[in-house]
Amino acid sequence: MLKLNNIEVVYDRTILVLHGVSLEVPKGQIVALLGANGAGKSTTLKAISGVLKPERGEIIAGSIDFNGVRIDHREPAEIVKLGISQVMEGRRVFEHLTAEENLIAGAHTRHDRRQIRQDLELVYGYFPRLAERRHVKAGYLSGGEQQMLAIGRGLMSRPKLMLLDEPSLGLAPLLVEEIFEIVLRLNQEEDVTVLLVEQNAAMALSIAHHGYIMENGRIVLDGPAEVLRNNEDIKEFYLGLSEVGVRKSYRDVKHYRRRKRWLS
Amino acid sequence: MEFFFDLVTNGLLVGLTYALVALGFVLIYKATSVINFAQGDLVMFAGYAAAVMLGMRGMPVWLMALVLAVGMVVLGFVIERGILRPLVGQPVIAVIMVTIGLSFVLQGLVAILWGASTRDLPLPVRMEPYILGPVFLSPINLVAAVIAIVFLIAFGLFFTRSRLGVAMRAVADDQQAAMVIGIKVPRVFALSWAIAGLAAAAGGVIWGNMLGVDTFLALVGLKVFPVVILGGLDSIAGAIIGGLILGAVESLAAGYLDPYVGGGTKDFIPYVLMILVLFVRPYGFFGHETIERV
Ligand SMILES: Nc1ncnc2c1ncn2[C@@H]1O[C@H](COP(=O)(O)OP(=O)(O)O)[C@@H](O)[C@H]1O
Ligand SMILES: [Mg+2]
Repeated sequence: MLKLNNIEVVYDRTILVLHGVSLEVPKGQIVALLGANGAGKSTTLKAISGVLKPERGEIIAGSIDFNGVRIDHREPAEIVKLGISQVMEGRRVFEHLTAEENLIAGAHTRHDRRQIRQDLELVYGYFPRLAERRHVKAGYLSGGEQQMLAIGRGLMSRPKLMLLDEPSLGLAPLLVEEIFEIVLRLNQEEDVTVLLVEQNAAMALSIAHHGYIMENGRIVLDGPAEVLRNNEDIKEFYLGLSEVGVRKSYRDVKHYRRRKRWLS
Repeated sequence: MEFFFDLVTNGLLVGLTYALVALGFVLIYKATSVINFAQGDLVMFAGYAAAVMLGMRGMPVWLMALVLAVGMVVLGFVIERGILRPLVGQPVIAVIMVTIGLSFVLQGLVAILWGASTRDLPLPVRMEPYILGPVFLSPINLVAAVIAIVFLIAFGLFFTRSRLGVAMRAVADDQQAAMVIGIKVPRVFALSWAIAGLAAAAGGVIWGNMLGVDTFLALVGLKVFPVVILGGLDSIAGAIIGGLILGAVESLAAGYLDPYVGGGTKDFIPYVLMILVLFVRPYGFFGHETIERV
């Protein structure tokens, strides 16, 4: 469904952040994109949805295909219309708009009023708490409610593919579980394909079909989720701490293990 | 006391027009972060265009209003497209300088097109005041207030009821987040300039009628600055309340102080007020409303 082919992105015409990223998201799946802070995950999503420009970022090489159509260098509104919807990191709700106005803004690219009404009810069905708080300004919602609103707003364009950027960020574990459950349901019941960016790897791999690991702007490993879940290196990397108590990168881990094998 | 009520009432009526023109300014600032120093000149330009059209034989007022409204909307679009969009992403100071440049270009343009002499802008409104108990209401002030209220209500409905209006507020809140849901941000920028043009059209006709049309009209338009400093650069409600307060204050000042100083207080009192406000509340009384959750 979505295919990135050797994408390179620079910011400010100078800082190369993505060094040739290739990945694929098959229709109907949940694909996790994992990696430490600063790896380039958000940049990858922004490249797909075409919103690098306000940050003075630019795709300088590679191609992005969505259902056989090239979408790099298209306007964000066109990309939304083609069926891609990004939920940005940090929720980014419109604080001075009510929850319901946020959702209505989410349907901006669509015109069938009756259909929009129905989808509003659909979102309220998945997130009953938003229904209760529909007339509250989004700035006054709790962090969890704001995340739900951000996802609901993304749904209002009726996407075929959703790009979720760290939906678990800053939320209590119980809420994270609730949100991941809903993402899974959206995938199964509404047939929404998902590209899920997370630092919470264990959680992400528990609902994903496939996973990619990103480091310093490169994909360093990928595989089916259950394989990654059982991969010792990943476990070590994502448990976060190596034996000396320093957070290691996946590469360091590999290097270290190799050395260990050598020594023994 | 009767004199006081009289001054306040007429001041508030005038203040509604300030509110309307300031609203145009605030919209641009909210949506695009551009401080538009040419808002007063848009008012002046609209005043000239209106006076010239009314000077043509057989031109009815309603037709003039229609042509002017459409023309000013188009002018707003053209300004945004032609000189502001190419500057997106450039330093703020560059953008500010461009609006100042635009201000002088507009002044030069009217002088070339229509000459510098003062023109009348006659409206079919009676001269004798309505007497309401102790208060003498000037009919043109009433007409101005009605026009301003109609516009303000229309804008209010637009922003809360229409999807395009909601999208404009969304862009004002978070541009990038608006982009990823498919809102065409450049279109919203253009629209905010168009609305500012429309608000300036109303201001130009009203003040042009009261004061006559020449380049000084731009100075009246510049009173949006005290208004928005009072209310807050980024607050629509602030623009309205700021306009009302300014209208009342300058009317009181003119009524009570002019006899002693020989007139002209209206022209500087707003700025005294502005400086005072800046001392106490640099963001105005309603501006910079950041929501903090508890
Ligand atoms: N607007 C920007 N301008 C310059 N550098 C940026 C910008 N946004 C991100 N970067 C840099 O690009 C790298 C990747 O960032 P990002 O994609 O946000 O990573 P992640 O989402 O994986 O944490 C980081 O080193 C970051 O500092
Ligand atoms: Mg990120």
